[in-house]
Amino acid sequence: MKIFISIERCLMASYSTNDFKSGLKVMIDGSPGAVVENECVKPGKGQAFNRVKIRNLKTGRIIERTFKSGDTLEAADVVDVEMQFLYNDGEFFHFMNPESFEQFGADKTAVGDTAKWLKEQDVCIITLWNNVPLSVEPPHTVHLKIVETDPGLKGDTSGGGGKPATLETGAVVRVPLFIQNGETIKVNTRTGEYVSRA
Amino acid sequence: MIDNWRPSATLEVLKLRARMLERIRAFFSQRTVLEVETPVFSAAASTDPALASFSTRYTGPRFPRGQTFYCHTSPEFPMKRLLAAGSGSIYQICKVFRDGESGRLHNPEFTMLEWYRVGFDHHRLMDEAVALVTEVLTGYRTLAVAEKLSYREAFERHCGIDPHTADIQTLAGAVTRHGIQANFDIAHENQDVLRDLLLTHVIEPHLGHGRITLLYDYPASQAALARVRPGEPPLAERFELYLDGIELANGFHELSDAGEQQRRFEHDRARRKAAGLAEAPADAHLLAALRAGLPDCAGVALGLDRLAMLAAGAKSLEQVIAFPADRA
Repeated sequence: MKIFISIERCLMASYSTNDFKSGLKVMIDGSPGAVVENECVKPGKGQAFNRVKIRNLKTGRIIERTFKSGDTLEAADVVDVEMQFLYNDGEFFHFMNPESFEQFGADKTAVGDTAKWLKEQDVCIITLWNNVPLSVEPPHTVHLKIVETDPGLKGDTSGGGGKPATLETGAVVRVPLFIQNGETIKVNTRTGEYVSRA
Repeated sequence: MIDNWRPSATLEVLKLRARMLERIRAFFSQRTVLEVETPVFSAAASTDPALASFSTRYTGPRFPRGQTFYCHTSPEFPMKRLLAAGSGSIYQICKVFRDGESGRLHNPEFTMLEWYRVGFDHHRLMDEAVALVTEVLTGYRTLAVAEKLSYREAFERHCGIDPHTADIQTLAGAVTRHGIQANFDIAHENQDVLRDLLLTHVIEPHLGHGRITLLYDYPASQAALARVRPGEPPLAERFELYLDGIELANGFHELSDAGEQQRRFEHDRARRKAAGLAEAPADAHLLAALRAGLPDCAGVALGLDRLAMLAAGAKSLEQVIAFPADRA
């Protein structure tokens, strides 16, 4: 059943420039992409064009492309699914869909910089392309334990910048001087900044 | 979404639009150009393959079995019938309708000012169009003296090619050189598609900065309803008016030869068929009027919503239209 649906999607689904809107997932140059912007340009008389910006979901790069109005692109089978991080076996990061219990292995390219925020049991958003993880988005905030930081010096008032602390996942963030080894802190993964004690 | 009953334009902009209309009517009144009205619905449609007409149906007395009517994309044909009937110079302010056009600079219905001047050629009409736009923008925008640029000069200046003599290879080379990434095979397009690519992507952004730019004398293949001046190459006596890189108006030294008009209708209809577009019945009344005799004249159509946008310093049409398509 599942295979049948995939084949049907490959054969049927394409989008015309009229469908192009921010977020639409399409195939471009053999890679999955997301439409960022679509502007119609038309001379006073003559051919109408669409100037389209598409983000290549593999590389993150923005591609600019001009279409004749009405031209089409194949749909990309790309979906975002919430999944729980299970473990890292050194080659793949394994995730599980908590509803279907289906497991997926994401390679280092797909995980990228997100690896430093991944803690077992945390729920991430996995972008799947043709059922293979394409990218991993960590939770907005994570709770992580400090494994190494200098003891704060009493009466140290120099600067306000705090000190570096290495977390259990290997990420390094700046924390206030009063934070000690072994404490668990809350970190914003978008900015990479300390939020509070957990 | 719950607030979509509200206009997307501010009251201040709506007042600006009303003032624009007053100024336009005063402008033509001073020049004794007659205001006219012509039908929105016509049994004929625009045959231009780049335009898509809305259609509707009337059933009742006179047409008991029903008749398809097309919403005009411009009032050009009936206004020319008035000219042929001896109206003298005329203007009209009306809503026109174009299917498939929506975006920052497009709304499927929009307000058009169209006028015809008996005895004018396209150069005299360009001067008058500059006078009108300058008058309407008084107090909103200060413009330097307008610039006139032939289609050839614009291509030479901004693309380094002669658009009339350049072959497909040369045009495709210019498209590539200017970094235009087309999602279609440019080597297999016709010259006009490539010229349009260069015009919209490379040239237009340079036009109309701080002053009006007029582009004139187009390739004969882009004549639309303009007369073609014989020569090497023959040139269409057509112009467009730009401000802030945006096309505001398109005008012609009007074609008056009925036989040539009929050939263009047939050519358009064949292109529509080849492209799989909806059929568009040609206007037999226009052909009859041309046969009866259209006085030598020039005409121009100007988008008033875009003009309001430039007067208001707005970035998109929805800021100057009370209820654009998604709120209509």
